[in-house]
Amino acid sequence: MAWDRNQMAERAAQELEDGMYVNLGIGIPTLVANYVGDKDITLQSENGMLGMGPFPYEGEEDPDLINAGKQTITELARTSYFDSATSFGMIRGGKIAAAILGAMEVAENGDLANWMIPGKLVKGMGGAMDLVAGVGRVIVVMDHTNKHGESKVLKECTLPLTGKGVVDRIITNLGVLDVVDGGLRIVETADGVTEAELRAATEATIIG
Amino acid sequence: MKKVYESADAALDGLLRDGMLIAAGGFGLCGIPELLIDGILRAGTRDLTVASNNCGVDGFGLGKLLDSRQIKKMISSYVGENAEFMRQYLSGELELEFNPQGTLAERMRAGGSGIPGFYTKTGVGTVIAEGKEHHDFDGETYILERGIVADLSIVKAWKADDTGNLIFRKTARNFNPPAAMCGRVCIAEVEEIVPRGSIDPDLIHLPGIYVHRIIQGEHEKRIEQRTTRKREEA
Repeated sequence: MAWDRNQMAERAAQELEDGMYVNLGIGIPTLVANYVGDKDITLQSENGMLGMGPFPYEGEEDPDLINAGKQTITELARTSYFDSATSFGMIRGGKIAAAILGAMEVAENGDLANWMIPGKLVKGMGGAMDLVAGVGRVIVVMDHTNKHGESKVLKECTLPLTGKGVVDRIITNLGVLDVVDGGLRIVETADGVTEAELRAATEATIIG
Repeated sequence: MKKVYESADAALDGLLRDGMLIAAGGFGLCGIPELLIDGILRAGTRDLTVASNNCGVDGFGLGKLLDSRQIKKMISSYVGENAEFMRQYLSGELELEFNPQGTLAERMRAGGSGIPGFYTKTGVGTVIAEGKEHHDFDGETYILERGIVADLSIVKAWKADDTGNLIFRKTARNFNPPAAMCGRVCIAEVEEIVPRGSIDPDLIHLPGIYVHRIIQGEHEKRIEQRTTRKREEA
């Protein structure tokens, strides 16, 4: 019944094509790197690196080498480093083919909310607003419903937006949906999930 | 033209005044100007506005200047991992201006490059766009963001020569070059000052024209999130 975190990440990895430069967000999106297989994918870390490698072995951590989540990482033979203005130049300039990000809410018009809940502690948007405004394709990976069982795929976002009309594809534990004119279109359902179940769990308009 | 100073205190002497705007390099705790932050702490300069992607952590980095109540306002993209920051912010003691990370970096780069404003898609349709000039170009909407010119920039590099040419190391480069560019005066702290001519001119990351004072010293370089993987059995 439905996909787990790793299956969602595996499905998201299918979105990536050979030769792509990609930015992965924190959480389930980070797991996508485990499923790229033989595809030649270059991961961007927006603090100033292309060609992000895996975590270091114990004892080999370098305080000068971290990812955007402030975790220690390693470099690869292809790695390049650059400053933050250059990093967001390539993001804003559309050079990054895709970003895979988590979300609190997505709306049927592609609006995305993933940075702030009014009344709760606000930590900041970091690079999320730049990423969703700039990269070629925005793919959201998230649970279909919140912990109260309510749809996170909505007609309209209720939370403050990270970007307006920016999401291209939504991958959830229940299936895959594309943002199209007039609403969402079902691309596929997760293993063991029927189309009726996916529709029932979705507040947003589903076309066709 | 003597740019090398003996200490952070000596390099900061005559440059600090209450209410000034300081741009600081660093991302999280990576590549932050630890020594100059300590110097500002000792100087006791107050009512500072600091443009920096983050505000350190409790008791380290810019977090020290929060503890000492020297910061009036932060311009940042992300301020998690800092309980004292949240306490001062929620009690109204500290002002906060959120900037998207790329917008903050570009505001510094632009300010240092004689560009008073630029248009960006980032933040259109969000709270960030409220009150800002909107303009359409080729069918897309953009907002106007202002360049930042700081009274003082404090940055951290790996190596410098005595003319201020800088080399950074790995992801510790981050905000340091744009922060350095946007200061009317810039102080760089480095791990090593090397002789003039020993850095290949083709490999200099930031030319010394942006750097007015240089100090050398030991850095703690604290790690915020130590993550490792297990060694596979041979």
